[in-house]
Order: sequence, then C-alpha cells, then structure tokens
Amino acid sequence: MSTTGTIADRSWPRARTAVLRDAVGVGVAVGALGLSFGALSVLAGFSVAQTCALSLLMFSGASQFAVVGVLGAGGGALTGAATATLLGVRNSLYGLNLASLLRLRGVRRLVGAHLVLDESSAMATARDDPREARLAFWATGISVFVLWNIATLGGALGAHVLPDPEALGLDVAAPAAFVALLLPRLRGRRLWALAVAAAGLALVMVPLLPAGTPVLVAGLTAIVAAFAARRAGGR
Amino acid sequence: MWTAILLGTLGVYLLKLVGLCVPKSVLEQPQVQQASALLPVALLAALVAVQTFATGHDLVLDARAAGFAVALVAALLRAPFLLVVALGAGTAAVLRLIT
Repeated sequence: MSTTGTIADRSWPRARTAVLRDAVGVGVAVGALGLSFGALSVLAGFSVAQTCALSLLMFSGASQFAVVGVLGAGGGALTGAATATLLGVRNSLYGLNLASLLRLRGVRRLVGAHLVLDESSAMATARDDPREARLAFWATGISVFVLWNIATLGGALGAHVLPDPEALGLDVAAPAAFVALLLPRLRGRRLWALAVAAAGLALVMVPLLPAGTPVLVAGLTAIVAAFAARRAGGR
Repeated sequence: MWTAILLGTLGVYLLKLVGLCVPKSVLEQPQVQQASALLPVALLAALVAVQTFATGHDLVLDARAAGFAVALVAALLRAPFLLVVALGAGTAAVLRLIT
C-alpha cells in the first residue's frame, strides 16, 4: 500500500500540470465559441449588458444560445426561459455524478453548482484519481468561466465593429457548434431517430406555431413519442 | 428580455444545484435517467433545424444549409470542435461571397 502511495505522490506534480494544461486548453476552445455567442446575441437585439449577464449568470452555452435564438426569432420571454431551462436538465445528471466525488457543503456547493458544465463534468469524470478529478472540475470550471466571459464581452463589443456578420457566416456558428456537441451523444439508432424526428417536427411547426415555440414543442413531443415507443416495444 | 434572462438563469442554476443535492435514489430512477439523456438530444436537434432552415415563419434553403452540411460531415469525421464551427461558418461565408 505504501508503495502505491509513494508512486501516486511522486506523479502528482506531473498529473497536476496535465490537468491544468487541459483546463486552459478547453477554456480557450470554449472562449472562441464565446466570441460568436457575444456577437450573435447583440445581433439578435440584446444589449451588451444583457449579453454579458447571460454569460456571467446563466453560464451554460446551449441554454444561452437558445435564449438568444428564441427571442431573436420573435419568441416570448417565457418560451425562451423554458427552452433554456429544459436544455439545462443534463446539468442535473452531471451534478449527480459529481456529488459523491466533490462532496461539497454550504457556500462551496453553491459556487460549485455554478461551474457544473459539459466541460467541467467531462474533464472530471475522465480522471480516475479522485484528487485529480476534483482539481479537473475546479480548474476546468474556472478556466471556462473566465475565458467564456471575456470572449462574450469581446464578441458583444465587436459585433458593432463588424461590417456584416452574416458575410462571415457567424449565423452558422451556433448550429455548427450544436452539431459538434450533439453527435457524440447520438449513440445508437434510437437516439438518431429521436434527433431526426425532433428536427423534422420543429420544421413542420415553423409556419404554424408562434415564433420560438417550435423548438420547445417539437423537443417535448419527440421525447413523449420516444417513451411511448419504448413502452410499446415491451421494455 | 431581462425576464427571459433572469427566469432562464434561475431555472438553469437550480437544475445544476439539484444534481448536487438530490439523493442518488431519485436520479437513479430509469425514467429520470432516460429523460435527461433524451432531452438535450431532442431540443438541440430541433434548435439546429430551426436555426438552419427557418427565417421567420418560412422554410428556406440558403447558404446556412450548406454551411450546416459541411459542419455535419466534419463532426461525423470527429473533427475538433473549433474546426467544425470554423468550417460551417467559413462555408456559408464563401458561398455568400461568390453568389
């Protein structure tokens, strides 16, 4: 036992460096997306202050893009907030997996909750050693928070300077980012079917429903159908 | 707009906190697990479709669709995240430049 302890201690500085390097790398990658979020949000009609508030307070990329997308398309505040909240449901599951690892109490739990993200959860759960995993969670969370917010401010301020953001294809940045986020989740035919059904339903509803609601209605309908299909399938 | 920002923020934060607080038994229910796996897939897919093919209440096929298609192929080939975004945006930009 003492042998493994020594090995673990000796390799700790190296492991710590690796964790911190990864955390900064993830932060930089996410920051680049933050630039396009900042710009798109301002173009959708949000003020610079509102755009920065989204990144500081909501701090969940997909949910933020959803708020901007729904309201930018003319949707209502409640629809925007509901879509953002439902997209945040996955964070609960991350939190569950992290809870036993982080063992947070009191103020630390309230702060830690804000840092529960796709990135921090993925980096933490990828580490086998609990000490490395805890460091990965905090380092990635803080790195992403800092760079995401700086980038958001930069993008929001830059949006006014850019001649024509559509000429740069910035309106495709969000869907492209979502596809990159979505594909690793599509394990198995059933999830592909769900994604295609939800996308198709949303498009059918675009001419029929008030702006902003097709995403919410199609997403929920597809989920209900998936549960019904599973039950009918005898599981 | 502040209403959407603050309500959405509250919802997103509480969901993050719930995961850290709720007893394991509740979130280990199979239905809860399934719903949290399915929800982001369905909502993101619907969001991507609308952002790519809708303008107001009309369905349109324009440079966004081409950019999206290139991004999809790049993502299927497991290109890094930033490359997927850059290829998607770049394709739309180039198409708009030459048309």
